[in-house]
Amino acid sequence: MKHLLSVEDLGREDIERICDRAASFSEMADREIKKVPALRGRTVLNLFYEASTRTRFSFELAAKRLSADVVNFSASGSSVEKGESLKDTVLTLGAHKPDAIVIRTPWAGAAELVSRWTPAAIVNAGDGKHEHPTQALLDVHTLRERLGSLDGSQVWIVGDVLHSRVARSNIIAFQKMGAHVTLAGPPTLIPRGIEAMGCEVRYTLDDLGSADVVYALRMQNERMSESWVPSLREYAHWYQVNGRRLGPAQVLMHPGPVNRGVELSAEVVDSPQAVITAQVAAGVVVRMAVLYEVLAHSEAPARTPEGAPA
Amino acid sequence: MDHDKVVLDGDDMRRTLVRIAHEIVERNDGAGGADLAIVGIHRRGAILARRIHGLLVDLLEHDLPIGDLDIAFYRDDVGRRAEQPTVHASHVDFPIDGLTVVLVDDVLFTGRTVRSAIEALFDYGRPARVQLAVLADRGHRELPIRPDYVGKNLPTSRAERVNVRVEELDDVDEVRIAALTGVTA
Repeated sequence: MKHLLSVEDLGREDIERICDRAASFSEMADREIKKVPALRGRTVLNLFYEASTRTRFSFELAAKRLSADVVNFSASGSSVEKGESLKDTVLTLGAHKPDAIVIRTPWAGAAELVSRWTPAAIVNAGDGKHEHPTQALLDVHTLRERLGSLDGSQVWIVGDVLHSRVARSNIIAFQKMGAHVTLAGPPTLIPRGIEAMGCEVRYTLDDLGSADVVYALRMQNERMSESWVPSLREYAHWYQVNGRRLGPAQVLMHPGPVNRGVELSAEVVDSPQAVITAQVAAGVVVRMAVLYEVLAHSEAPARTPEGAPA
Repeated sequence: MDHDKVVLDGDDMRRTLVRIAHEIVERNDGAGGADLAIVGIHRRGAILARRIHGLLVDLLEHDLPIGDLDIAFYRDDVGRRAEQPTVHASHVDFPIDGLTVVLVDDVLFTGRTVRSAIEALFDYGRPARVQLAVLADRGHRELPIRPDYVGKNLPTSRAERVNVRVEELDDVDEVRIAALTGVTA
């Protein structure tokens, strides 16, 4: 696999291989030395055009735990503020020959474009409303660790599907892993025609009890000025996942950061069925597995002569 | 070259592992093997390590720590292999500081796997000593690595392959030498 641009490009076997490899990295977190030399001598460039805490941090940590060198680029404070285009920035930074570029942008399709402008391996860390493939992979990994398999499981994705690249990637990934996906939320926040992706659509949480997994999406407060819902209070009344709606056997997920009291009540965030912290931990090992995947086939820096290994 | 022959059968393998276990005890008898630990290299080395561990527990009449290492992420040929390796989790669930760790692998060839294993082992702590036990040593070393315990020396050409099969994975215990297709000596 040269790039990771979209979950759509991955088969079930690819997803399973990445998750298996992530599981083998999990053991490292308990060691005194949390590092392996797998990507020694490789350079990973984190190119972030959007604010991000957990994604950027976990990619940086993932690369460092594989012994890669990491360079971080933020659009703010860079030549982008002087009007430099994405292409020129990529060409400029690409002149330093990074082996992989992890890119987050507010523009759908940007990761795919960048892959045409540089020989580096490209990992899409979120492109507009399009996709966030590593989030989907870490969510599948978290569920596999919790449930063993997603085959035949009922997954409900609740909330602001319209603005969510996480939802789009997760619908594809969960279905590839054998889950049945239901979307639920106010009609204004469920994109018209999304049933074409093979999922069911509900406008109430009345049947939420049938779900094995409830995946709540963040209500994007910054978009509320556009009046997608009358008020957050009313949204919470109808669509909040809380102790009244969530059964004790259901697994609760959320991509973070959580708006406590809006999409989730504080009690369920802190409940044992919430795997939100496990998702964050999975973020590092899954991104290690992805970086290893895309870089393991790229040409290594000259080190040792060719020879069959023992 | 079209030969494919068994050089160790199941009985030979069992006797060989018993001998290796005895040699480990003899060489480490100072403290009655109290500071010994066994670590196998995935996959077949880990299986042979479990067998040697069982023999040592019987000989020493006390338990000793056992672990296994996957060295995929320590290899120096990432990007040079046609296929990505299958990765297994490593398990070294005991402190190795101050122990004599016997690394176990099935075949010793260039020495690169052992180099990776030593590097991986040191990420878990600082053993007092590291010894190496292999079922078969086929030569062609590319690094200055020498085994402490050898089941069988098998002089081979590079155009041959040494296949170790174990009951747990392959339903049979045997070591075979076969021609490696497409490679000339």
